[in-house]
Amino acid sequence: MTKHIISDSSEWSFPLLERFDREIGRLAHGVYGLDTYANQIEVISSEQMIDAYSSVGLPISYHHWSFGKQFVSTEQTYRRGQMGLAYEIVINSDPCIAYLMEENTLPMQALVIAHACYGHNSFFKGNYLFRTWTSADAIIDYLVFARKYIASCEERYGQAEVELLLDSCHALMNHGVDRYKRPSPLSMAEEQRRQQERAEYLQSQVNDLWRTIPGHDGEEAQRQDARWPPEPQENLLYFIEKNAPLLEPWQREIVRIVRKVSQYFYPQRQTQVMNEGWATFWHYTLLNQLYDEGMVTDGFMMEFLQSHTGVVFQPPFDAPYYSGINPYALGFSMMRDIRRICEEPTAEDREWFPEIAGQDWRKVLDFAMRNFKDESFIAQFLSPTLMRELHLFAIRDDDREEAIEVTAIHEEQGYRTLRQALAEQYNLGTREPNIQVFNVDRRGDRSLTLRHFRHNRRPLGESVDEMLRHIRRLWGFTVRLEALDDQGRVQLLGEC
Amino acid sequence: MSHFIDRRLNGKNKSAVNRQRFLKRYKTQLKRAVADAVNQRSITDVDSGEKVGIPSKDISEPVFHHGPGGTRDMVHPGNKDFMPGDRISRPEGGGGGGGGQGRAGKGGRGEDDFVFELSREEFLDLLFDDLELPNLVRNQLIGSTEFKTVRAGYRTDGAPANIDIVRSLKGAVARRTALGAPYKAKVRELEAELEALLVAGVPEDDPRVLALREEIDRQKTRLAALPFIDTFDLRYQSFTRLPEPTSKAVMVCIMDVSGSMDQVRKNLAKRFFILLYLFLKRNYDKIEVVFIRHHTVAQEVDEQEFFYSRETGGTVVSSALNLSDEILRERYDPNVWNIYAAQASDGDNWDSDSAVCRDILAERLLPLMRYFAYVEITPRQHQSLWYAYQEVAAAHKHFAMREIGGAEDIFPVFRELFKRQSA
Repeated sequence: MTKHIISDSSEWSFPLLERFDREIGRLAHGVYGLDTYANQIEVISSEQMIDAYSSVGLPISYHHWSFGKQFVSTEQTYRRGQMGLAYEIVINSDPCIAYLMEENTLPMQALVIAHACYGHNSFFKGNYLFRTWTSADAIIDYLVFARKYIASCEERYGQAEVELLLDSCHALMNHGVDRYKRPSPLSMAEEQRRQQERAEYLQSQVNDLWRTIPGHDGEEAQRQDARWPPEPQENLLYFIEKNAPLLEPWQREIVRIVRKVSQYFYPQRQTQVMNEGWATFWHYTLLNQLYDEGMVTDGFMMEFLQSHTGVVFQPPFDAPYYSGINPYALGFSMMRDIRRICEEPTAEDREWFPEIAGQDWRKVLDFAMRNFKDESFIAQFLSPTLMRELHLFAIRDDDREEAIEVTAIHEEQGYRTLRQALAEQYNLGTREPNIQVFNVDRRGDRSLTLRHFRHNRRPLGESVDEMLRHIRRLWGFTVRLEALDDQGRVQLLGEC
Repeated sequence: MSHFIDRRLNGKNKSAVNRQRFLKRYKTQLKRAVADAVNQRSITDVDSGEKVGIPSKDISEPVFHHGPGGTRDMVHPGNKDFMPGDRISRPEGGGGGGGGQGRAGKGGRGEDDFVFELSREEFLDLLFDDLELPNLVRNQLIGSTEFKTVRAGYRTDGAPANIDIVRSLKGAVARRTALGAPYKAKVRELEAELEALLVAGVPEDDPRVLALREEIDRQKTRLAALPFIDTFDLRYQSFTRLPEPTSKAVMVCIMDVSGSMDQVRKNLAKRFFILLYLFLKRNYDKIEVVFIRHHTVAQEVDEQEFFYSRETGGTVVSSALNLSDEILRERYDPNVWNIYAAQASDGDNWDSDSAVCRDILAERLLPLMRYFAYVEITPRQHQSLWYAYQEVAAAHKHFAMREIGGAEDIFPVFRELFKRQSA
């Protein structure tokens, strides 16, 4: 056996990394059938890791003070030792770029290669959200375009001007995604070619929209009553890009850039549990396989398992360092649980998951990875076994009641409620306030009315006034925000 | 297929631009924080970098989010003895469980200041922003003896130590290419001819073939004979010496150490002097400091003694002014040195001496100086010295006087003294 051992030292070197990558790749592709993009693995220092952090994981980005803020705070918490750096950053691009930190030991590097370069990578390539919303082969080019474009705007219109615009766009970033329409793919050449064309076209459209020459009288009166846009619009940034009366073409382009970046991150926000769970499951499976084949030592495994258990540790709700459900822990347990249901189903599993119990676990997992997001994944695959194992319980906090009520626990009557509640917790639609463009007064003061559709009577936080100022900066005229509650009553929240 | 890249040697300051922008954006808040920090920190480390905090609410990036209230369902792990229908009282902090993430335990953290670690340079930049030395002149040294050696391109002769290897070899390559071109062309021509003959079936030992081969060899030999490097190729780095204007400053610190100046007041004075010193250092390449302390007699001392030794006795301010005058005339030629002085005192003086001080200043010291700043550290009523100096201030624009009540006044007073004058 010992003749197969790749290395018994914990020092890494490039030949050793390549060897590990080859072996892990062989298992991932050959034995487990993972489909990945090519990998580009970059070894960087911890300072560079902090740099990478602060541009939210993008390898290249435009300049903005908020990234500097992120950098300063990361650097300080790291220096003070309050936080370790993540072992890896991986970028959804083709080839898939992963960063390894030079400070890490060989077992850690192997873990990261398995986790990022085969786990996340195959998730990026396979999951339907990523396939729909991002174009891995074009993102880097697009970011280069964005960076150059914004830099040229700074040169022409001044850094302060561009910064104010970016601030406002960033504030609305979470409201810059079409949830139901598939976006067109990105490409640098295409973007540049179309950019000029678009600028002219957009301006002509906007001019048309705001044309003040009166039409026929009868038609006029009719149009005055009609609400515009006829249906509420959820993509605030898109609406502003296309319809804000006073924006210059370059400003529209910047709104568009922020919108595109936001869209690129949209799938990641929706698949945290699945993505991390998938990657964690694969690093665990792949490295154990290496061990079974006698390629790594016991010491290697001990070190690996120590980091692994740290990553998937879930403190109970009453622990002092509890901060919600750990997506790594939940995702990893669920992936493993699915494998268990396939391989050794109990009677309960057969009742709950008749279609997967006893099937080939590789096919089932692959199917799950490709066709779900966190919310639906939990609703579909969270098993009673796992709910018992994690001792999950659901509570309802209603501000009209004196106390918080426990609504369901891990028992026969509670499973479905519990699963539903947990799935709902990962529904972006409920997590983020639902704010939509409701009306624009096209004939009068050009004011924009937004509407917050309240869910479960949850109000907006204290940032409303500041947000209205940002939207006003983009829109250029009065902006109003109303709230519509469950009873259909409308209330004005603010105006700017 | 995987591809490994070693990026460790790439620059690590990718975020430097963003960091600078962040600092720039919050300059006002930072400046306030820096000014506070100077007043609070101990005297000896004013010069180092600094951690300053600004309230994190000032730098937040707003988004629409849910506030507390309404109905919320949450799932948590680790149930021990809850049963459905159990009612739990809300954890402290109200608002119910601290949001969907259950962050109740960390509720207070968001209110902390956002802490910056500024480098020494950044710290001083912020500290002295908008300040300016009055009458800043760089005295030109006539018949200058100071020179700076600067690069001045390349030349064709020089000392062997100054040979620029890259330039020389580039020249050699160019020369060899140029001189070798005719031979190479000839060789190509002959080889084409030879090829044609051989293709036509002429045998190897044909005289024409032999002649061609011989000629090709001869041309190649001549090509090879071109020297690899020639004295003609050599290039030397050229240096030239430029006379430099000097910008030297001397700062005279004068402090009253009579019995009435206690350690607290001395510390106040010291902070003031340190600020002045740091500030001058940023404006002049070279700076010397003269420490003069006085009670009834004045003495030139070193820094340690200036700030820490104890003295008692009465006060004769003119003794110090006389001594500075002597020192300046002896050691610091006003044509060479920019002279600044700062005097700190509690305002006590022999009554008859104040008029003398006024005259020394007006007639002998001020004509030599760029700026003279007087700070009086006193919570009490002003005495004769203050009024005498007021007369000086009225007559001379480069004399300034202010009063310091406590530590919190030092920096504002300092700023006021050196505020950038708008024309």
